[in-house]
Amino acid sequence: MSFLKIKDLSVNYQMRKETVYAAKNVNIEVNKGEILGLVGESGSGKSTVGNAIINLIDEPGKVSSGSILLGELNIHEDPKNIVKYRGKKIGLIFQDPQTSLNPILTIGEQLIETIQTHLALTKEEAKERSISLLKEVGIKDAAKRFDDYPHQFSGGMRQRVVISLALCCEPELLIADEPTTALDVSIQSQILDLIKKLTKERNLAVILITHDMGVIAETANRVAVMKNGDVVEIGITKEILTNPKETYTKSLVSSVPPTNKKISRFVIIEKENNIDNKNNLKILNRWTKKKIIKQDLVQVKNLSKSFDDNFFTESSKNSVMAVNDVSFNIREGESFGLVGESGSGKSTIAKMIVNLFKPSAGEFFFDNVCVTKIKQNSEMMKFRKQIQMIFQDPYSSLNGRLKVRDIVSEPIKLHNPLISKNDLDSYVFDLLESVELAQNSADRYPHEFSGGQRQRISIARSLATQPRLLVCDEPTSALDVSIQAQILNLLKDLQEQLNLTILFISHDLPVVRQMCDRIGVLRDGKLCEVSDTEDLFLKPQHDYTKELLRLMPKIESIYN
Amino acid sequence: MLVVAFVSFSLFNFVGDPINNMVGEETSDEERYELRETLGLMDPIHVQFSRFVVNASKGEFGISYQLRRPVSELIAERLPATIELVVISALIALISGTLLGVYTGINRKSFVSDVILAVSLLGVSLPTFVIGILFIYLFAVILGILPSFGRGEVVDLGFWTTGFLSISGWKAIILPSVTLSLFQMTYIIRLVRAEMMEILQTDYIKFARARGISEESIKYKHALKNGLIPVITIAGINIGTLIAFSIITETVFQWPGMGFLFIQAVQFVDIPIMSAYLVFIAFVFVMINFIVDILYYFIDPRIRVKGDSVSG
Amino acid sequence: MDNNINTTWSRIKDSDIFFSFKKSPTAIISSFILFIIFFCSFFVELITPYNPFDPSSLSLMEAFTPPSWTEEGLSKFILGTDGQGRDMLSTILYGSRISLIVGFSAIIFSLILGVGLGLTAGYFGGKYEMIIMRLTDVQLTVPSILMALLVDGIARGLISREMHDEMAIYVLIFAIGISEWPQFARVSRAATLVEKNKDYVSASTIIGVSNLVIMFKHILPNILRPVLVIGTIGLALAIIAESTLSFLGVGVPPTTPSLGTLIRLGNDFLFSGEWWITFFPAIFLVILAFSINLLGDWMRDTLNPRLNK
Repeated sequence: MSFLKIKDLSVNYQMRKETVYAAKNVNIEVNKGEILGLVGESGSGKSTVGNAIINLIDEPGKVSSGSILLGELNIHEDPKNIVKYRGKKIGLIFQDPQTSLNPILTIGEQLIETIQTHLALTKEEAKERSISLLKEVGIKDAAKRFDDYPHQFSGGMRQRVVISLALCCEPELLIADEPTTALDVSIQSQILDLIKKLTKERNLAVILITHDMGVIAETANRVAVMKNGDVVEIGITKEILTNPKETYTKSLVSSVPPTNKKISRFVIIEKENNIDNKNNLKILNRWTKKKIIKQDLVQVKNLSKSFDDNFFTESSKNSVMAVNDVSFNIREGESFGLVGESGSGKSTIAKMIVNLFKPSAGEFFFDNVCVTKIKQNSEMMKFRKQIQMIFQDPYSSLNGRLKVRDIVSEPIKLHNPLISKNDLDSYVFDLLESVELAQNSADRYPHEFSGGQRQRISIARSLATQPRLLVCDEPTSALDVSIQAQILNLLKDLQEQLNLTILFISHDLPVVRQMCDRIGVLRDGKLCEVSDTEDLFLKPQHDYTKELLRLMPKIESIYN
Repeated sequence: MLVVAFVSFSLFNFVGDPINNMVGEETSDEERYELRETLGLMDPIHVQFSRFVVNASKGEFGISYQLRRPVSELIAERLPATIELVVISALIALISGTLLGVYTGINRKSFVSDVILAVSLLGVSLPTFVIGILFIYLFAVILGILPSFGRGEVVDLGFWTTGFLSISGWKAIILPSVTLSLFQMTYIIRLVRAEMMEILQTDYIKFARARGISEESIKYKHALKNGLIPVITIAGINIGTLIAFSIITETVFQWPGMGFLFIQAVQFVDIPIMSAYLVFIAFVFVMINFIVDILYYFIDPRIRVKGDSVSG
Repeated sequence: MDNNINTTWSRIKDSDIFFSFKKSPTAIISSFILFIIFFCSFFVELITPYNPFDPSSLSLMEAFTPPSWTEEGLSKFILGTDGQGRDMLSTILYGSRISLIVGFSAIIFSLILGVGLGLTAGYFGGKYEMIIMRLTDVQLTVPSILMALLVDGIARGLISREMHDEMAIYVLIFAIGISEWPQFARVSRAATLVEKNKDYVSASTIIGVSNLVIMFKHILPNILRPVLVIGTIGLALAIIAESTLSFLGVGVPPTTPSLGTLIRLGNDFLFSGEWWITFFPAIFLVILAFSINLLGDWMRDTLNPRLNK
């Protein structure tokens, strides 16, 4: 007998033009002591289901039908009663620990209030209970930290506090909505271990909402796959991941970059774009293709960057070394990967290479010319032309006030002011075609495109100056996994056709393994290790690399 | 503070010839010369300037061109009236503005909120002097229950003259202070409301709901505490603005305060009074900012422990 | 070209802003009232039969005529006449034109100044930004009406008395404009800081686009929304500030009265029972400011992405 039974749950949003169903007739059951993974891409309705269980849907959405049984209890029978079950029977954890806690109340005040809302305990008893709970979720010096404010905790610790708040009245059902997405890999695995441990010890029923198949593979007993508000497939995790029945699940699983091997291309089952011209790129007629000579295109020598931390003190003593004495080379035509967790300095290096930041110390050579020493603007323009960049966030990397045509043609006009109108148009079309976008895209605005398509526009813009080096700063980490696979395929194709050199920056080890020939591992601004990709994954040298590889969620773990 | 005094003097120092503004066309050159001497306007600029700074720090701003009396004396005479008016108005504006703002922020969809908001928008659109005139017409001319000008009966305490000790004094302050506070009150309502609405949409409020915390506690403890932090800033700005707008209210109600004095000074280009008023205002603003900063330190834990490094 | 206009129009028709406009009666009514006021004020010569500033058309015999619906009222003076026998309705419309001209000019002046300084401060940062922002901080603590009074006071000292009446309107525009710019500078700097950190700006820099082009072609269009909202509310404030200064007697001279001047002139007659001389300009002013504020309020709610998710 299942503990939680969701029957025919529907949630709709009454929009201006139509009614949007965020969830349609969802049926899910969860047992005690079991973690159910609820997986899907953005907009699939997975979070909606989580919020609908405790009737916490933002306006103008509402639960339009369905029942939710908790044991024998129909908790949606009287919507007013649901408040009683929140926290008491059902605990909820949100994605971002930074914003989940009230900044001006101490964590102790927040814990005591929650406990006293549901349980008839005195203040002292509640405090005692809170402290033992904080210890249970792994907070050291719990008694001392009881009176601290949320901002005095680090991200991972804050998520532990959030978990303790969700569990403080011993709910039987825990809903965790992307609990580790905002955290680094090493902290992610700690939090997931904690959730697994608590599930067993407290015999909880857990719904783990996530987009990350690796997390699902490592934690969930069963998994439900959602798409556009429907549950597409539900079953034992191992069966779903190894032998998916539905097309959508198949495409989802095949898009996940494998962690244990390198594949040449991702198998794409459902494609976002229909255009596919990978064998005769018209852009090649304009491209002065460089012969690949096996030599270094980029040399980074002892590069450092410090930011003065004026926020706390006026002196420069507190300056933070974002990048500390980093050296590496990139050969012409290769893909070089830089991996590291947040704050490792990988994006700062990218910004120094594209000349957005001036290095504090060290040199950077491009094609044997020292770029850091260039003073003249006209000299600099020559290098700007050859080094281009693709950004992480597809929403902020395009100016929403300009048409795609103007976005893509701006670099062309800048570096070739005399180009004729017709020639410019056909150039723009050729570029759009090279990223598999239709010609009529040119007259539309960025907001009319999806994240993946925007990233294609961004690539088209970066190709407009015919660069030799393309710096990709987490180009797919804001995208859904199936879109990511398509963009990664595109980058591989373009690199091959145009002989591009790529500096690929990511926190995602499986992705880096698929994309790169050589990899450098960064930690706290220092380069730990540089080696060929397969060597790095098979025989890591540095302890930190070993740790990262051990902690990364592996979809293949399901086979063991 | 010094900078403002500095600027205020150097500005006024180059502005026009006060003698022309003070005397008529028929005044003889000798008389003009004499007047210049007594006012110290014949000295080189740097002498006048240093004399200004020294005197200002002693609270002396010279002699009014227009009234031919020491400015410090004039100010001391007028100061209590303005302060009493501003304090009463600030209390009205802050208390009622915050209460109504919190109410409308929490009860977003209620009819009462809509009415309060519509009225508050009307309040922002009503220039202070128009409110004043309407009040005078209604309460003084038609109903005849409240005085339309002056401070009523004033009790002299030696260093201070107060209207708080007589019934007519209280009656006299009602119209000017309500007039003065209305405009500010509407601003505060709207600011507090926006703040409350934004806070009620944050993740931590959602998380509190998800924990089953009662709606009352969410609204009046979690949200309100956060929502009141900016009110301190508002209060600071509010007092400054009230002092400025007291110029208008004092003119409309012929309230014998500093604003009334100042507006006459502007009309007659009476520079000593203008510069003294500016220095006074600057002093008040600096004090307000200082107090607001201190209050923040005690109220917002994020500022209080900023120096601590994040541990955990 | 025709096609272009059509698509632009359909874009507007399809946009959320237009939709929200259609659904908001306050927005429709207030813009309708504003349209009428603007139209009547700027084409006042065509609408009113009287020119209140032509002495030959005035007759002191007709002074203090009450509004037409009262017993002693004359049908040819709908809202009555003032102490010199000027038709109140015409005088108000002429006055409203002055108020609108001053309000608009002042707000445009401060908008250009504020956005220019705010945009460059946000974009370049460093010492320049610090100086500009310190300046706005100082000026923001000094209430705008006081600032305007001070500027006006200084200008009065600088300009000779004969010149003063002629220059008064420009002095007023300058005084109000200079007192409102910090608002624009603050908002546009804050918005610029947000935009500057977006990747499209970095992308343009990497391509090699110059700072000037980035600021005005890329960033400026993206920060205009909040600027327009405070611009609208600022317009109401500017009109109120103008009338306040005129009411205090330091604004527009009585020879070319604005709404504030009219209220001041009429105020003297309030106690003797001629209420309409001050009442109608005051009501007109309130309706004008209220409509602008309603529109601005609606704009703020509609354009605020945070409250409109």
